[in-house]
Amino acid sequence: MTYRLGVDVGGTFTDLLLFDQESGAFWRHKTPSTPHDSSEGILNGLEAICEKAGITPADIEFFLHGTTVATNAVLEGKGSRVGLIVSEGYRQVMQIARSFVPGGLAGWIVWPKPEPLAALEDTVEIDGRMDANGNEVRPIDDAQIRKALETLRDAGVEALTVSLMNGYLNGAHETRVGELAAEIMPDVPISLSHEVLPEMQEYERTLTTVANAAVRPVVGSYVRALRSQLRAGGMAGSLSLLRSDGGLMSSEKSEEHPVSLLMSGPAGGVTGALWVAKNAGLKNILTLDVGGTSTDVALIENLEARRVRTTEVGHLSVRASALDVKTVGAGGGSIAYVPELTGALRVGPQSAGAVPGPVAYGKGGTEATVTDANVVLGYLPESLLGGSFKLDREGAKAAVQKIADALGIGLMEAARGIIDIVNENMFGALRMISVQQGYDPRHFALMGFGGAGPLHVNAVARLMGSWPAVSPVSPGVLCALGDATTQMRTETARSFSKRFDETDEASVIAILEEMAAETRAELEAEGISPSDINTSFELDVRYEGQAFEVPLSIDPETLRKDGLAAVRARFDEEHERLFTFNMDSAHELVNLRAVALGPALELGRFNLPEGNGDPSEAKIRDHELWADGKMAPAVIYDRSKLRAGDVIPGPAIVIEMDSTTLIEADCVGTVDAVGNILINLA
Amino acid sequence: MPARIIQENEAPFATVDIDPVTLEVIENALRNARIEMDATLVRTAMSPGIREQGDAFPLIADSKGRMIVGQFGSYIGPFLDGFDGTVEDGDLIFLSDPYSVGGAISHSNDWLVLMPVFKDGRLVAYTSMFGHQSDIGGKVPGSMPIDATSIFQEGVRIPPVKLWKQGQYNEDLMKLVLHQVRTPEWCSADLNALIAACRVAARRVVELCERFGDDVYASATNLLLDRNYRAMKHLVETSVSEEKVSFQDYICDDGLGYGPYKIRCTMWRENGKVILDFDGTDPQSQASINFFLNENMMKMFFGIYMIMVFDPQILFNDGFYDLIEVRIPKGSLLKPKFPAALSGRTHALGRLFDILGGLLGQKTPEFLNAAGFSSSPHLFYAGTDKNGKWFQLFQIGFGGIPGRPLGDGPDGHSLWPGFTNVPNEFLERYFPLRIERYETVPDSGGAGLHRGGNGIDMVYRFLEPGVIAIHDDRWFVPPWGVNGGLPGKRARKLLVKADGTEIVMGNKVEDYPVEAGDMLHFITWGGGGWGDPLERDPALVLKEIGQGLVTAQGALDYGVVIADDGSVDADATEVLRTTMRAERPADGGPFNFGPDIETLRANCLEETGLPAPKQPQWHSSLAEAAE
Repeated sequence: MTYRLGVDVGGTFTDLLLFDQESGAFWRHKTPSTPHDSSEGILNGLEAICEKAGITPADIEFFLHGTTVATNAVLEGKGSRVGLIVSEGYRQVMQIARSFVPGGLAGWIVWPKPEPLAALEDTVEIDGRMDANGNEVRPIDDAQIRKALETLRDAGVEALTVSLMNGYLNGAHETRVGELAAEIMPDVPISLSHEVLPEMQEYERTLTTVANAAVRPVVGSYVRALRSQLRAGGMAGSLSLLRSDGGLMSSEKSEEHPVSLLMSGPAGGVTGALWVAKNAGLKNILTLDVGGTSTDVALIENLEARRVRTTEVGHLSVRASALDVKTVGAGGGSIAYVPELTGALRVGPQSAGAVPGPVAYGKGGTEATVTDANVVLGYLPESLLGGSFKLDREGAKAAVQKIADALGIGLMEAARGIIDIVNENMFGALRMISVQQGYDPRHFALMGFGGAGPLHVNAVARLMGSWPAVSPVSPGVLCALGDATTQMRTETARSFSKRFDETDEASVIAILEEMAAETRAELEAEGISPSDINTSFELDVRYEGQAFEVPLSIDPETLRKDGLAAVRARFDEEHERLFTFNMDSAHELVNLRAVALGPALELGRFNLPEGNGDPSEAKIRDHELWADGKMAPAVIYDRSKLRAGDVIPGPAIVIEMDSTTLIEADCVGTVDAVGNILINLA
Repeated sequence: MPARIIQENEAPFATVDIDPVTLEVIENALRNARIEMDATLVRTAMSPGIREQGDAFPLIADSKGRMIVGQFGSYIGPFLDGFDGTVEDGDLIFLSDPYSVGGAISHSNDWLVLMPVFKDGRLVAYTSMFGHQSDIGGKVPGSMPIDATSIFQEGVRIPPVKLWKQGQYNEDLMKLVLHQVRTPEWCSADLNALIAACRVAARRVVELCERFGDDVYASATNLLLDRNYRAMKHLVETSVSEEKVSFQDYICDDGLGYGPYKIRCTMWRENGKVILDFDGTDPQSQASINFFLNENMMKMFFGIYMIMVFDPQILFNDGFYDLIEVRIPKGSLLKPKFPAALSGRTHALGRLFDILGGLLGQKTPEFLNAAGFSSSPHLFYAGTDKNGKWFQLFQIGFGGIPGRPLGDGPDGHSLWPGFTNVPNEFLERYFPLRIERYETVPDSGGAGLHRGGNGIDMVYRFLEPGVIAIHDDRWFVPPWGVNGGLPGKRARKLLVKADGTEIVMGNKVEDYPVEAGDMLHFITWGGGGWGDPLERDPALVLKEIGQGLVTAQGALDYGVVIADDGSVDADATEVLRTTMRAERPADGGPFNFGPDIETLRANCLEETGLPAPKQPQWHSSLAEAAE
């Protein structure tokens, strides 16, 4: 018997999901995270979930892990001290950045400028220059480079980055610096920009390479420690990490290229949603992952999640492939307030976070949050399943009453207002990834997960016209589910920057084949059989001079058969869909990518017992909640007792260990074969 | 004759009650629609000016033309007043002539599209956007000849015309316009992008009307306007005194050898209204540095500075306009008479923000930042390369951000919203040039407890012969410091020929020939300092020396003495600081302007390498006081 274990480490909880590959049976477990050393929480969870399933860690063949360790190192400034070698005249490339100041006119007055990720005092210039065709304009000087490296070594840098102008076209100078560095500072990890990101734009390439270098030691020591502890615990299977783009990579590879992990956390939710969608027979999904301080949304079309070439972390925009996940500062902990000057009701982006948290948690919070409004309205019952944790409804009421008074409206109206506004913010984020990209949300289902997603999914689906609203099975551990069910993936990218009339199929294919061989070799090195590896190509195309590239996937055969003319036609079609017009301008092939995918999973499916359509077996008690401007009778159900085919009329609440699903008054929820609740208009 | 609105359905919108939550939802939705306009534009525009640098501005207005979301306030009202035509379903109005819209756009390079949004035969909104075109023809590449003496030299001028008329596209009009410009592909793409952005916003407005009802939408926008009115009324009453305060600053020169030009503004509250009176501003220039300032735009600038501090989440809209009165003398630099040249207005536009900051800050210290909104420096480089292909670069540069109450001014960053620099590898890939250095100038930010941001030294090496033009300011009158902070360093331009000969270039130069191999140092100004530099932590000064942002010599402005071994000499620092404190003049007010104009003139050649600008002379009839 083989088992797959998905593990997602969040800020508060570590979620685990164990899969029996053959039967599709699964077990889940939640254990408190241990921020001082997350592997502690992971091992606790491992032990507990093995016990539940009656297996030992040795039975686990695949350990699949989504982690925010790289993200947090960047956000909290806990990365390594990075030394940076740049071309003459470019010492301040990180200081000047893109000269961008956020916040509109006069925004500069209140903008705190972040410190560069590589300190200016650890940035050194060297002579030598490549031009925009990759030809050497001026040579480098070994003696000067040695001196620069010695300076950085003596200053105590923990990682070294080399990023020279036009290095993406000719990496010879960077390579030489790397050789000398290996000699002078043998213990310091070295990142060369033309290897990490062979793409145009010096600031983005430098930032990406520096970010990679900054998180390398942190990620490396985390991964090594985890691996050795798992081995000590008897787990002999493979350890892989979830990349930002939703693919898996081996833990060894992740030590070299941790910049690919920056969105590992949110990617787990999206890959989990993909798995659920497949089982529920849905092809097009919008995801709504509602956490305490923020909400992540993504778009899945035809069981493929959209990818982007940029990973946004805090104020940094790093060039690494990621699932196209947008984040808004709207979550359960978002604080509601009424500024005196305008008398407007605002919700977020300030958040009560985990501490003190919402008033209802009774941990010292005093300001009304979205969770408090949900409690006041009866959407979150006072006692959750298990009964260990009781919500302070009176406290929540008092806090929301303050908002109501400031607005001059009733308590329930104010609470509902807070919910409407936060839903609207989520709606705004969803529009950006759907309507704004030319997709009609009415062709998508909306899946809500994370602790609070299933509470909001019904209302947001109504705003979007995206039906059904889906509360997936185990919404609280969906990220771990995603970790457990995705496949190996690797890719490599190159800047190309040529007009179609400056190149031809043959030369494009030659480069792509070379890149494909690289990526296949990587997966083979991971022990995947060559016959299980699938290769695909991606071409970024734009009208010459445009800022925005459209990524087009194409398989090698089609490219050979139909040539670049077909690519051009595909681009025009996609451009028309996105922007409503085409142009006569020349087409430019901007970047080339080769992607290699490991075998797709063939997991069994675990079906719920068939019910008779009547959910009353699962009923816990009668309840009241706010619907359509008045208190209305409702029913609370226990999710674990629902049967396939059960039909739940709204208004109703379905509770489980770590999540609550709200079915609104004029809607009805249907339980599908595997336990997802699909909500539709009645 | 004002515009005639043709509607099939003339029924006015009913005023209905709106609960605060619906209002909030509509406000948010409009905010998102505006973000969508920006996103659409950036993705589809092509000229580096709009695409990479973001030189474009969106607007959504109500059915009366009042701005609900946007940046610079609505020009639609004045436009409708002056438009001799109809506004109908399916129309799209296109224009670029500042004189046709009361200066709502301020030079002909800005192409503006305006789309009336109809639903069920009724006008419900306008969406509009304007963006800076890289070239619109005229006497020089880039179409902003600083030495122009009339707007006829500044390229194609488009009066308000219908590019789409009741759904019919006027292709001939577009052909005619694009025939006048040097970069028809860019202009055509950028215009398409502006239109696409307006269409996106128009769709969003119609969707909102469908979702909430037309009456609810109209009533909500009225309430949003009203909310701004109330907020601003409160701010005006508490923050603007009845006593008059004045502030003045200068444009250094006009590119023809004359300057500086004074801009003066006096502010007071009278009968609950703020008066902003530009009496005392110099008359219009012969050259193109005139800035045709629209009164509404000035109101918006004022409002944004006020609201920013108190509720930055508020959407700026036109609701508070009645609370502000702007008086601009006709024939002055800020209200020139047709056909005065306008293309070089960026310097006065920038200076206006320094003046606004200085004006408000005199009585409300929370607003007081140092100066640094110099201008929007431009470099143009054009020619024909060895393959016979025309190239044309228009690039916007950045200087130092002023020292602020919050902290140091960032080095080499943008004061303009949404602007970014262009990656140098991009420039090198697409233009025949190499950027040899791209760094900030140590010590150029004014010393202060909070240092002003450093200006940038961007070194262009031209690889093909061609012509360049330079537009910058703050090379003669320095950006001032506040609350004890020192002024920032001034801008400079230096051309180094292949044989090493150095030529100090003016900061407003047109059509200057360069040879392959020439290097241009394009050096921008530093921001003024904020607060007493003698209070700055010597350890921080030392750190910045190590970072190359300040020099050991520059540290003396902070009273910090660096020993031979590179550490801070604590004793000598203490002595120097004590001496400096004793020797400096007693409190002379919050501003440090540096030397007066006459002293600047006297030392100009020695300090800048350029002759001092000559005092402009005016024909007396040009300067009429405002009514």
